[in-house]
Amino acid sequence: MSLDAAAPGLALTLNGESVSLSAPPGRRLSEALRAAGALGVKSGCDAGDCGACTVLLDGAPVCACLTTVAQAEGRAVRTVEGLGGASVDALQRSFLRHGAAQCGICTPGMLMTATALLAETPRPTRAQAEQALGGVLCRCTGYAKIIDAVCEAWRETPGAAPVRAPEGAPVGARIERLDGLAKVTGAEVFGADAIPAGALAIHVIRSPHHHAAFAFGDLKAWAAEQGVEAVLTAAEVKGTNRFGVIPPFADQPALAPSPARFRGEAVALVVAEPETLAALDLSTFPVEWTERPAALDPETAKTAPPLHPDRPGNLMTAGFVAQGDAQAGLAAAAVTATTALETAHVEHAYIEPEAGCAWLDGETLVIQACTQAPVMDRDDTAQTLGLDPAKVRIVPTAAGGGFGSKLDLSVQPLLGLAVLATGRPCRLVYSRAESLASTTKRHPARMTATIGADADGRICGMVFDGDFNTGAYASWGPTVANRVPVHASGPYRTPNYRAEARAIHTHVVPSGAFRGFGVPQAALVQEALYDELAEQLGLDRLEFRIRNALRDDEPTVCGQRLKGVGIGPCLEALREDWAAALARVAAHNAAHPERPRGVGVAGCWYGCGNTSLPNPSTMRVGVTPDGRLRLHQGATDIGQGSNTVIAQICAQALGVAPEAFELVGPDTALTPDCGKTSASRQTFVSGNAARLAGEALRGAVLRLANMGEGASIRLAPGGILVEEGGQAHRIDLSRLPVDANGYALAAEETYDPPTLPLDENGQGSPYAVYGWGAQMAEVEVDRALGTVKVVAMTAAHDLGRVINPMLAEGQVEGGIAQGLGMALMEAFVPGRTENLHDYLIPTTSDMPAIRTILLEVPDPEGPYGAKGLGEHALIPTAPAILNAVRHATGARIDRLPALPHRVKAAIDAAQEARS
Amino acid sequence: MSYERPADLARALALRAEGGRVVLAGGTDLLAATRARELRGPVLDVTGVAEMQGVTLSAEGLRLGGAASWTAVARAPLPPACAGLQAAARVVGSTQIQNRGTVAGNLVNASPAADSVPPLLTLDAEVELVSLRGTRRLALGAFLLGPRRTALAADELLVAVHVPAAALAGQGAFEKLGARAHLVISIGMAAARLVVAGGRVVSAALAVGACSPVAQRLGAVEAALVGRPLAELGEALDPAAAAAALSPIDDVRADAGYRRAVAPELLRRALLACAPAPETAL
Repeated sequence: MSLDAAAPGLALTLNGESVSLSAPPGRRLSEALRAAGALGVKSGCDAGDCGACTVLLDGAPVCACLTTVAQAEGRAVRTVEGLGGASVDALQRSFLRHGAAQCGICTPGMLMTATALLAETPRPTRAQAEQALGGVLCRCTGYAKIIDAVCEAWRETPGAAPVRAPEGAPVGARIERLDGLAKVTGAEVFGADAIPAGALAIHVIRSPHHHAAFAFGDLKAWAAEQGVEAVLTAAEVKGTNRFGVIPPFADQPALAPSPARFRGEAVALVVAEPETLAALDLSTFPVEWTERPAALDPETAKTAPPLHPDRPGNLMTAGFVAQGDAQAGLAAAAVTATTALETAHVEHAYIEPEAGCAWLDGETLVIQACTQAPVMDRDDTAQTLGLDPAKVRIVPTAAGGGFGSKLDLSVQPLLGLAVLATGRPCRLVYSRAESLASTTKRHPARMTATIGADADGRICGMVFDGDFNTGAYASWGPTVANRVPVHASGPYRTPNYRAEARAIHTHVVPSGAFRGFGVPQAALVQEALYDELAEQLGLDRLEFRIRNALRDDEPTVCGQRLKGVGIGPCLEALREDWAAALARVAAHNAAHPERPRGVGVAGCWYGCGNTSLPNPSTMRVGVTPDGRLRLHQGATDIGQGSNTVIAQICAQALGVAPEAFELVGPDTALTPDCGKTSASRQTFVSGNAARLAGEALRGAVLRLANMGEGASIRLAPGGILVEEGGQAHRIDLSRLPVDANGYALAAEETYDPPTLPLDENGQGSPYAVYGWGAQMAEVEVDRALGTVKVVAMTAAHDLGRVINPMLAEGQVEGGIAQGLGMALMEAFVPGRTENLHDYLIPTTSDMPAIRTILLEVPDPEGPYGAKGLGEHALIPTAPAILNAVRHATGARIDRLPALPHRVKAAIDAAQEARS
Repeated sequence: MSYERPADLARALALRAEGGRVVLAGGTDLLAATRARELRGPVLDVTGVAEMQGVTLSAEGLRLGGAASWTAVARAPLPPACAGLQAAARVVGSTQIQNRGTVAGNLVNASPAADSVPPLLTLDAEVELVSLRGTRRLALGAFLLGPRRTALAADELLVAVHVPAAALAGQGAFEKLGARAHLVISIGMAAARLVVAGGRVVSAALAVGACSPVAQRLGAVEAALVGRPLAELGEALDPAAAAAALSPIDDVRADAGYRRAVAPELLRRALLACAPAPETAL
């Protein structure tokens, strides 16, 4: 059979209906299905590495990206759109109930794979579910709630009502995500799913070298020859071709002029009709590269010519904190321990590569793309393009994961350039390789530290020094350099302290923000040393930490005295599991010396929000004349749950149910600025703004009704019913004047956390609120192979006030998954691991059983006492795992990730040292 | 551009003989290797070829159709000698990959880390290569020439893999070593097949993958096992001899020294997994 003719198309059954796909027979089925409207089929890698595009082909899960259209001809294809139809089936219902979808980008692939499993095995065991779902990657959840949802799906009734909050108590309620439905039906619009009619496609020409000068040939002639709409280079950037999240350090071009400073840097755009672009032979693009010597690590870079002329020694910036006399403290110590440790580039590996589209709406450039920071995107894009920020509108799509990297510009200025040049809507979807090569990473760090303790086991001094490979441009490198010395003591009282962290430029993709901003790296060093000190002192490792845990009103290393310090309670909450694990491990090791188990513990603290800088959020809540309640929720939900948590807080303040709100935004034209989704600040900062706005609106309603604080508020068509003690009053909204936003009643409130600047010794009040946590890991090590299996983790986190326990557990489980990956398998190597089969992240069966303990030590500043959690969940994981490996084997890991060959070498070295 | 998906071998061979076509089976390597939306260039899709289907046992032995999927291999009722092959089939990529990836594709792709190769080597597998010129059979070890290099001629198709009946004796096992649980390229792997009588080794077949340009049978190590009592199986395996047969490299997954050190351990585990449980071994 010859399949040459693309028309009239290849017939197959899609979700029970006969369809004809008009696509070339060799096209990826994923592409053809998406073109046919099945946008629930997600493309995460086009290589079978992530499973996001999983569909059922005659009932069997396959990666649609690896199946040709011709291979599906005459067969039955089922996508997420075919599961529950307009409603939800039992499995989708179970995903909602268990909080199994966070960002939602992997959800369709998970659902389809699980559907095939449940058809054969309606009540699977956890092991069966893990095995079946092993080919679908999730970066948000740590898989625990996904496995729960699959194993418990048989209990669900299709189309059943969602779990609601108890009346009057939205805060603290384990409610389902308010934005969950679209995530389980495949209807959610992610960056690649917004497709304006007639949009042009963009290909980005990128540097193939770490460092290279380049010169273009005759671009106009090439463009004419190839029939492309435009070729754009740095010459076409009309504004300031130098963006950056921290304005004083702004240094990154949207399109680089020569030379390119990292492999993967964008130097030109080719804009064309999608079919023209797909058929182009881009190897003919006229550019000549002249490779130059590259400095890939800080050691080399310190003596190499500067990447940026005004930064000699390639030192971008250094952070410094000193308190007391560190050397004297160490000199007086009864015991000291010293170590050096090196970490790798870590990739965020969200399953959604950066994507978006843009168009002109009159004179306004509208950019619809995945992001964590819409207002920063607007301002930086406007400056790059030479536009008034008022002429740029950012409409975030759902973000298929972010974890810090989608704080930076990626597709936005490139889309803007293409739209302004062509006047046409344009679309840009990064490939997995582009996403890996060009977007920010976690800083690789080379750190040394010495800590001393007195004979009573109290820390008396610490020095820390670290070089952080910040890559070619600043991004969030200054934040990392500043946060590390502030946090490197860990959440422990450290009276004599000196810490310095330097951000060094190299010819590598920029390092930026990644869950923890350098703190997870520093914690590895400090927590390893605490184990050594406890051992030297003959103290239990957990009790040693409890003894040194920071308490209320004790000074931090910045001299800040805090209330609501939760680290002590977190560590103490582990005592029972710790004792049980130590006993269990000892018994196991007596019987299985070749597969020893070990237990490790680590603590964390993390200041929420910007370091000593203004950090406001503004929330608007309003009632329309016809009685609809709207919350302008500008705190971008990247899966962590702000759409739900912020609504719960505002509902508590206003006195309504969370689902009473229609959520608006985020959208820079519709929502006030809620800042960026980073640094564990949204629940605290935007949550406070939501609380204030809710309280203000409630106050206005009560005043109008002339009712007291105890009154209940209920929205009704055209009015608000206010009742108290048998008295009822109806506010007639139609009689109230309508404000500029169309509201009969509204409130808008801003919250900015109180902080104080740091002086030259890093003394001050960098954050208004901190979050606290402690985790313990139990691992099993295969001595002969050096492989590590994390068998269990217990995580105790102080949230001040738990707004939604299910979402909080999801943050903890997801943070642990990323920490486990960082500890054991993740290393980005530029030019070598630009795919998800060489860059490894944890799969289902890599995850241990996790017990989460949520504590509430109220913070005086947080909304209802709440503190942040996002970063905290990751910070103690890797140190706890490595400490457990050392407990099991004696092996000291001095280079991450702890791949089997490194663990084996460390075990052998420990054995040699003993004998 | 032309895409052909013939239903029978005669047509497939005729198209293959014309030349210039990329041969597509499950697509799990070819489509993963391109960043384009589709396979470009003339395609010969062999997944519909009737003669390349199925996993069948007969008096002559086992036949794996070239277009049979790894799921088909994993789920077929096969003798214990094939346990290692079936274990390997279950760790090729993921369920999604196993549902599409094929026997022929895995072999023709000739990755040094192909999970199926060590167990097939222990089964004395032969590949059936067919062209309009005729049919020839090659031992798998002779077919695989190096990383991404095989003895497949430009007009040939790998139509089937054959395991002779004699090699279906005994018990097989497979050990895979990777840095995570699922969807992982092996750092190393080992396969074994053991035939036992009267508590002693009658014959042993051992192979190691991802520790040399092509997965290796370890003939000298195997020979040293013959006649040894089962109780001494673990000690009978000579780690130095096993390591000496390998030529591993450093890559992002592990270094060469580590591979050389752990390959004998993987072999030992595969070998012990083949041994009957102590009570039945007597």
